[in-house]
This record gives sequence, C-alpha cells and structure tokens, in this order.
Amino acid sequence: MSAQPQSRDTAARRWRGGYAVLYLAFLYVPILVLPVFSFNDSIFVSFPLKEFTTKWYAQLAGQPALFDALANSLKVAIFSAVFSTLLGIFAAKAMTRYRFPLQRPAFALVMLPLVIPEIILGLSLLIMVNRIGLSLSLYTVSIGHVLLCVPFAVAVLLSRFEGFDRSLEEASLDLGESAWMTFWRVTFPIVFPGIVSSLLLTFTISFDEFIIAFFLTGSETTLPVHIWSQLRFPQRLPSVLALGTLLLVASTLLIILAEWLRRRGIQPDKQPDM
Amino acid sequence: MANSDAFIDIRAVSKRFGSVTAVDGVDLAIRQGEFFSLLGASGCGKTTLLRMIAGFEMPTEGDILIDGQVMTDVPANRRPTNMVFQNYAIFPHLTVRDNIAYGLRKDGLPRADLDRKVDAALEMIKLSGYGARRSTELSGGQRQRVALARALIKRPKVLLLDEPLGALDKKLRETMQLELRQIQDEIGITFVFVTHDQEEALTMSCRVAVMAQGRVMQVATPRELYETPNSRAVASFIGTMNFFEATTKGIEGERLLLDAQGLGGIAAPVPGWQVNGKAVVAIRPEKLQLSLDRPQGEVSAAQGTILNSTYLGDRSHFHVRLDGVEAPIAVSAQNVERSMRDDLDDGTPVWLSWRDTAMVVLPG
Repeated sequence: MSAQPQSRDTAARRWRGGYAVLYLAFLYVPILVLPVFSFNDSIFVSFPLKEFTTKWYAQLAGQPALFDALANSLKVAIFSAVFSTLLGIFAAKAMTRYRFPLQRPAFALVMLPLVIPEIILGLSLLIMVNRIGLSLSLYTVSIGHVLLCVPFAVAVLLSRFEGFDRSLEEASLDLGESAWMTFWRVTFPIVFPGIVSSLLLTFTISFDEFIIAFFLTGSETTLPVHIWSQLRFPQRLPSVLALGTLLLVASTLLIILAEWLRRRGIQPDKQPDM
Repeated sequence: MANSDAFIDIRAVSKRFGSVTAVDGVDLAIRQGEFFSLLGASGCGKTTLLRMIAGFEMPTEGDILIDGQVMTDVPANRRPTNMVFQNYAIFPHLTVRDNIAYGLRKDGLPRADLDRKVDAALEMIKLSGYGARRSTELSGGQRQRVALARALIKRPKVLLLDEPLGALDKKLRETMQLELRQIQDEIGITFVFVTHDQEEALTMSCRVAVMAQGRVMQVATPRELYETPNSRAVASFIGTMNFFEATTKGIEGERLLLDAQGLGGIAAPVPGWQVNGKAVVAIRPEKLQLSLDRPQGEVSAAQGTILNSTYLGDRSHFHVRLDGVEAPIAVSAQNVERSMRDDLDDGTPVWLSWRDTAMVVLPG
C-alpha cells in the first residue's frame, strides 16, 4: 500500500484499526493491571511502579485460609459443573428429541434464571434454606450454583443437540450396533465437545460467583467471598492481586485445555477395539 | 397375497401416526435380486414403508417378511437390511475408512482382513486413497458413495435407499444412477429404492410401485407403467398425459367404441377393467402427430389450433387447442428434418392424428 495515494479506503481501514486497538485496550488494560501490580514492591496500587518483587506471591503461601477457600471453591465448582451439565443434557435432549405439551413454556421456565437478578435469587434461596431448616454450608452454595448454571448449560448443549442429526443414530442401528454402542460410538463423541464446553462454562461461572455464595455460605467460604473479606485490610491488597493473577493464568490454561480437548474430540477415533 | 416368489413380502401393512394414516393396507411382493422402486409425491407413505422394512417404524397392522422370516419383532440392528439415508448420515467424527468399517466391528475380523475388505469397498466406489480423509471433506457425490459402501460392506440381503440422489445436481445424479445400476447388477442383491422422481424410477428399476395417499396405485415394469397405466392418477404422475373425458358406446370385437370430448367417435383397444358408461381416453404427447393437412390412412384425427410451441433441439413441444377440450393438448414432435421450418406459428390450424393403439382407456 506504500506507493498508493491516500484513498478513502485506506483511511477507513486506519479508522477501523484504531477502533480495534481501543476496543481491545478497553477490554484488557484493566485486567493487565492485576499482574503488573502483583509484582510491584508497594502496598499502594499507584504509579510510578516501584521495585520488582515476588514477595506478594510468597505471602500467599502463608495464608491457610486462602487455600481452604480455594479448595472449597473447587469443590463447589466441580459439583455445580457436573450436576448442571447433567441436568442440561436431559433438558437439551427433551427439547430437541421429543414433542410434548407445554414444551415452550417449560423451556422458557428452564431458561428464566438467566434474567432473574442474582441478588433476588440469593435472597430467596436464603429464605428457602432457612425455612426448610438446612444449615448454611458448601452444599447450600452448590445447590444455588446448580440453579444458576443450568440455563447456561442448556444453552450450550442445546446448540450441539440441535445440530445432531437423528439419522446418524439410525444409521448406527442399521449397521448392526445396539442402542448402547450407538450412544458410545456416535452420540457421545458428537455431543462431547458440547459437554466439555458446558462443563467449562458452568465451572467458571460457579468458581467466580459471589452474590449467591455470599448469601448461602456458612462458616466455610468460597474464594470470591474470601477475597471480598480480605479487601477490608489494605495491606493485603497486593497479595489479592497476586492471587488474581494466578487465577487469570489458571483460567487461561483451562480454556486452552478445553479447546484442545474439543479439537481432539472431533478427531477420527483410532478404533482401538477393532 | 402369499406370493411364492416374494423375497420381501409386505402383507396388508398399515401405519398410523395418531389420526394420520401414512401407509394404508399395502400388499407388495418384491422379488430377490430386483431393483424395486417406491415412487410417489412427498407424503405418499413411501419413506414410511421403507422405514418399516428397515425396522425404524413398526407397522400398526400387517406383517413384513424378508426371505421367509417375519420381521415384526426383529429390531433394526438385527435385520438383514442396510440403508442409504437421504442425507447419507455419514458419521462426521470418523474418517471415510472408519465410516465404511463401522458395521464390521461386531464381526471381530483380524486387522488385515478388515483392511482388505475396506480397501475393496473403497475401490468399488472409486475412492481408493480417500480412506484417511475426514468425511466432512467429501463432496455430495463422494458422501453418497461412502454411504453406499458402508451399507454394502455388511452384505445385506436387502439394500434400502431413501432418495439417495435427491441432493445431487443433475449431471452427478445421472452418473450415480448408472453406477447404482451397475453395482446392483454386479452384486445382485435386492434394492428397494424410494424416489419422487418418476424419470429416475423409470430409468433404474426392474419394477416400480406407484404410491399415493398411503396406498399402492400400481405395481409394474417401467414400460408397463408408461404405456399402460391403470388409472388417471398413475397416468398423470408418470410423464405427461393428455386426457379426454369419454362415454362408452359398446364393444365391437376387440375394440371398444367411445365418444370422447374433442376426439369424437373413436375405437380403442378393450381395457382390462369392467366398462360401464364413463371412461377417460389418455394419449401421450409423443403419440400424437401434427400436420397441416388432414392425414391419410389408418389413423384417427381431430382438428385444432396451435396455442404455443417450444423448440428443444431434438424435439419440439406444442400446445394445441381442441374444440370441446378445456386443457390444451400437449404434443411432442421429434425434429427429424434438419429444417429451419417455422410454419407452425401460434394460431395455425392443424390436424392431430394418432393410431388406435396410442390410446389407453382408463376408468372415468
């Protein structure tokens, strides 16, 4: 484009380039603040930067409460991801494979928690749990998270199930396979990527979730609730930043892993049993 | 219909979905090694019938026997049938090779034997060297052939084909028609082929069952279907047909005397059905001759005017208005002469003529 006279076309292209840069900056600069200040030798989050340090990371190791909260969050997130994805599979299958009365209203009700404010959900769950007489614990948090995650799981799985051609299963039966083998050789490998992305999404939602966890948590807190409690102490802020950086790295790795799994899932199988 | 030569014996089979009757009391006897087509417009029940043979649907009434065995309680995965699906149903997560080998898992063949079989199948469908390809990288025609190989490698007694050529373009469809015929000739298994394309059915089949509204209208060879349809519905579904309402006047030896609208008093061969008053005379467009002067000799003739004409290279199509007939009469004429003649302008008075044997008399 060097020798060309400035045309409207290249001007427009520059504008678009500038817009894209601003757009990405808007999205990522706030997030990049986290790692930058986590290595800054000052308890104040302000410029100019001071010396490079890893002491905030070292400090993390000395906080057993943090590791407890992390373990709690992992437990809750795994439970919520598995259960909401299971429920999502049943719902998505019901929506795409069968026709039944009141299907549309039923579907709308399943998706409704997506638009109910979380604070309302949290409050009503708290009232409910108290009325039933359950004591607040990681179980009550998990139940709340399953409720929150199901519509996301359904949304992800539905797109996969909708694209699933029923005649593939018929073809497998026709070629002599039983219903069970058909599920393992055809249905599962094809919907597998959807299941992985549903597990990943719901895991992330539960892991990050604060409001419902805040309402329903007992003596054992999840990580977001723990972080929130730490913000009362200004001197702990840098180690919270360090923690945030680690979480950022971990979730990035998780997404790369899920994507790798997804691609692997649609590779031809090597037919070990043949 | 206890037919001794029936390989697939369909006995009084009906299928109802709720209040809708998809297949209504069908009796069919399909012979071994036959290329048999189920032909009809969409919704006529042909696919439902095929799916009942495959075992995907259960008949509401009646029984289906294959090679003397009642199939009613046999699930799809135990039937000696394999199917080529309308959309091919190629497994998207498997390679071409693994798609073709899919149905052989249970046979527990040694690796080498399996490879040999799959290689032979790939060769048959002219896709050697495509084995490692992802099935999603194939063209429509290639997918169709993979679906065929995948079904045939099972050595089924019956191959079921559900409009397998519908998604292909015209040229490819014609090639595949030929290939399917060749493969069927070579391996000699029974093919049951569902199509809505009457030309396809006529080109490929040994016999055709024409279906409408869940019933079988006629079962016949392509030639019989075209030349001696048994009803107005079949006659109009297969090719183009001109119809003339008629009243019967009596029988004179081998000939039936009729008075037909637009044609006048005519004599046609006596039909196989009981004649009682009303009838329809049917004549194919290519069995009508056009001429400017009244034709001489052993032919019947009627006078009309040209409505319009279409030049198609090898032949020309005309529509002719006959007095007393509402629908324009279709006439097809072979362009025998290399002539630039264009003397059959719209509005030209012409004579239509035909031999007595050109006429088919149908129930009115």
